[in-house]
Amino acid sequence: MNAPAASGYNFAYLDEQTKRMIRRAILKAIAIPGYQVPFASREMPMPYGWGTGGVQVTASIIGEDDVLKVIDQGSDDTTNAVSIRKFFEKTTGVATTTATGEATIIQTRHRIPEAPLTEGQVLVYQVPIPEPLRFLEPRETETRTMHALEEYGLMHVKLYEDIARHGHIATSYDYPVMVAGRYLMDPSPTPKFDNPKMHRSAALQLFGAGREKRIYAIPPYTDVVSLDFEDHPFEVNRFDTPCALCGASGVYLDEVVLDDRGRRMFVCSDTDHCETRRADGHRGADGDATP
Amino acid sequence: MRDTKMADLSTPTSILSPGLPEAVREAQSVFRSLMMALARPGTVRRIAVPVQSPGNLSPAATAIALALCDFETPIWLDEDLSSDEAILRYLRFHTGAPVTPDRGKAHFAFVSSGTQMIDFDAFSPGTLEYPDRSATLVVPVDELEEGRGWRLTGPGIASESRLLAGPLHPGFVTALAENRLLFPRGIDVVFVSGDRIAALPRTTAVEV
Repeated sequence: MNAPAASGYNFAYLDEQTKRMIRRAILKAIAIPGYQVPFASREMPMPYGWGTGGVQVTASIIGEDDVLKVIDQGSDDTTNAVSIRKFFEKTTGVATTTATGEATIIQTRHRIPEAPLTEGQVLVYQVPIPEPLRFLEPRETETRTMHALEEYGLMHVKLYEDIARHGHIATSYDYPVMVAGRYLMDPSPTPKFDNPKMHRSAALQLFGAGREKRIYAIPPYTDVVSLDFEDHPFEVNRFDTPCALCGASGVYLDEVVLDDRGRRMFVCSDTDHCETRRADGHRGADGDATP
Repeated sequence: MRDTKMADLSTPTSILSPGLPEAVREAQSVFRSLMMALARPGTVRRIAVPVQSPGNLSPAATAIALALCDFETPIWLDEDLSSDEAILRYLRFHTGAPVTPDRGKAHFAFVSSGTQMIDFDAFSPGTLEYPDRSATLVVPVDELEEGRGWRLTGPGIASESRLLAGPLHPGFVTALAENRLLFPRGIDVVFVSGDRIAALPRTTAVEV
């Protein structure tokens, strides 16, 4: 333990009955990969949209021996990541880290770390809209029936319309996947670049949607297949240049605007990955710059 | 310090053995073991909390009940367990969960032995719309060992894993296979042996 947890609160903020309820939902979610388990989401001391679902999942699984990492768009030092990390430091006293390899639980908003995750690690996603069919069919009664009947034609039509209109599948994030060959699942607004990392990952992946009151999961080593067509196979985004700071290629890059004259640089979205590589001596074109 | 407290209790409740001494930490630990057991079918994990289980209920089964059951989760006990007043009193006092005679209503079901025929069909497998409204069956076995025995495949397993659980009724594996065909409906099975657990979610294929 790093520091004593805040007094006046239960360990990890939630009361024990709430944790039991969420824990039971997590067990069902693992047993039915990709199925969205309804749960009695609680009010959290942060607004919806700030990761209340992910926070409730993390609070229900975390123990004193865990090492927690929190990322927002791949970064450990953005507002959302910092405030959630502090929330758990305060309410649990567990050790936190920015190093992907040291973490036992990684809570994430919209990215999967570049370094492959390992057995025993748990990746907790913050999910805004858990229902992949929601923008195609607004009625919960209908989408529930569609999942029950495995009727996912509508999603294929949507992707086909992308092709008809743009010549390719234009969905670049929130890209729908089939989990274990049965459930259509929303991977949360991660870039589709990250979809292949979900496939047969060694880590357990848990998804929490606080406002929408759903929890779902992908057990380790589970097939996660991005939807596509034979003549329009799934492809990930490619970047023309490597990371300007660490020179990494084959990673997801963020564009950083440097001045008002159009100068810009592309750097790793995963800050830990970039820092680790630079510490190992890798340098990109702007390797000595401070982003 | 706990001992002094126990001694102070009046006679009617003192016949109850205590629940988890450090409930917050230990419930998390039990849950985490079960979560990882379910996520990695075929792996055997230890429940590292001190429980004084009542009657014939195994320590691991008791720990699962204490960690996960409450007023929202009806429990079903087989004839052997439900005829033991000490078990009923223990579960009622420590979990507050209603003990139901109706298997179809149970969220958690505890049996005294896996050697008897367990009628899987009597438990709720959930519905196609809500496959999560299904039962978890806790089955005690004498032998529970990973690395040999049944060949398991499915989500949570890299290529295959092996689990030895027994002794079990000869119809048990058939019941597991039939249960798997119901997917996404179905019940989930947790084997307990002393303080060890292993789990078979409904997705796991079992070959003898």
